[in-house]
Amino acid sequence: MIENNKSYSNIFLNGILNDNPIFRLALSMCPAVGISTNVMNGLLMGIAVLFVQFCSSLTITLVKDFIHPRIRIPTYTLTIATWVTVTDLVLAAFFPVAYKSLGIFVRLIVVFCFITMRLDVFARKNPVFPSLVDALGMGFGFMLGMMAIGGVRELMGMGTLLGYDVLGFRPLLFFVLPCSGFFVVGFMMAIFNYTEIVYNRRKREMRSVA
Amino acid sequence: MTKSTLIRWFICFCILLGCTACKTEHRFVKRTEFKKTNIIVLCFAGPVDESWANSAAFRINEKQDPDILLKVDRVELSKDRRTLTIFMKDPLNTSNPHQMVLPDIMSEGKSQGTAVVSVKKLYWGNLISILIGAMFIYNYVFVKYLGLCVYLGVTQKKSTAIGMGFTFTIVIIFSTSISWFLYQYILKPYQIEFLQIIVFIGLVSLTVQAVDTILRKVNPILFKEFGVYLVLIISSCLILAVPLIMAAQNYDFFESLMLSTGAGLGFFIALFLMACVRERIDLSPIPESYRGMPIAFIVSGLFALSFMGFSGMSIY
Repeated sequence: MIENNKSYSNIFLNGILNDNPIFRLALSMCPAVGISTNVMNGLLMGIAVLFVQFCSSLTITLVKDFIHPRIRIPTYTLTIATWVTVTDLVLAAFFPVAYKSLGIFVRLIVVFCFITMRLDVFARKNPVFPSLVDALGMGFGFMLGMMAIGGVRELMGMGTLLGYDVLGFRPLLFFVLPCSGFFVVGFMMAIFNYTEIVYNRRKREMRSVA
Repeated sequence: MTKSTLIRWFICFCILLGCTACKTEHRFVKRTEFKKTNIIVLCFAGPVDESWANSAAFRINEKQDPDILLKVDRVELSKDRRTLTIFMKDPLNTSNPHQMVLPDIMSEGKSQGTAVVSVKKLYWGNLISILIGAMFIYNYVFVKYLGLCVYLGVTQKKSTAIGMGFTFTIVIIFSTSISWFLYQYILKPYQIEFLQIIVFIGLVSLTVQAVDTILRKVNPILFKEFGVYLVLIISSCLILAVPLIMAAQNYDFFESLMLSTGAGLGFFIALFLMACVRERIDLSPIPESYRGMPIAFIVSGLFALSFMGFSGMSIY
């Protein structure tokens, strides 16, 4: 179906830009609000989601011919649950500190809607390699979104990035509060909407001038 | 008719609970309770001697490890000599029951014997505190940030919010009770707790499917109203988070029942509040770039700020 390299990059960028799970689809907002207090948490959560998405896509795309369409959703759920269990145990064994800061959200990757959605929309219908590229794109999209929110909150709240002192002072301590996640996500979405509105208006003006 | 019978049974039940709360193991010690984190208060039936209170060696330990004795800082006797306040050196873990040995209690020159009493939180008080905690203090939407997808998805209209909240509460109570049985009687005895994610998510899907089928046959009108929300429930983080928290805290059946009820009602409250606000937001002039999701997030942030006012509260 998809053969040339250009469309691979399209599939990859689709997950990061057009179908970004956090800012575009607004799915799985819980970790984006709950644990995005710093960049490190966002990065770790992103890696966990990337791993789960990649492995589940691989599994589903390999066995897609044997799944009866009527039981496909339970199959997806169980596949994701298996890989989440693997991630959970690995994180708990090798990175206990990070595991503690992520809390219950690692286990809740099971119910992240966009993973199931990608399995149903993409991995079920496409061959192995494009599915993997798509999974990587979605995973990186999620990771970048989480890191962006975490970066804003860490920079504004503590004046640091990844633990290093960048600004030297704390601009707004409010952003360290747990509930500021809602505000940060809301403001960032509004900024994205605004750029899109301005961009469309420019395009329309250009067209009317031409 | 049936209502009055129900009320009578309810009163009996309350009295029974009250009786269990007052009972202690010794006839002379009327009441034992924790105050704050490092104070134990004892109430006696009669006045005790001050010399006894100041000189007696109290043995206080947690029930599960009797070897570790906890140190007493000082002891205070009230004016009528019936209430004894014991200050501990270190803060106590008040969620565990503690055991206390009072050697040879002296009351007006007569010995009342040695008393072994336990100090613990009231069981039903604990239940209520779990319920209120899950509803307000640790509200799952505004304080723990779970279940946001469904929360943002169904709060466009007040009627859908109420429908969803109602269905959700019922499903979460069912699924958490079943997961409790499965966890306590299958996962724990066979030591396969690491499978809890797979088991719980499977169980939740099954419960939702079962409720769907039963409702369709039993009450088609209700199904027409609430059937839409049933499918959405599986995609909510909250429905999986509650059994996981229940398993992590090792709650008993009634505690997990209270936890799930509180979580469901707290979610209901969150949905209802948000739906009320969003209905009005639709009519008000807001900037174009804030329309839809962004303003919803900012309003939720304000709600979360106000719910922070509950933090630090504790009942019992």
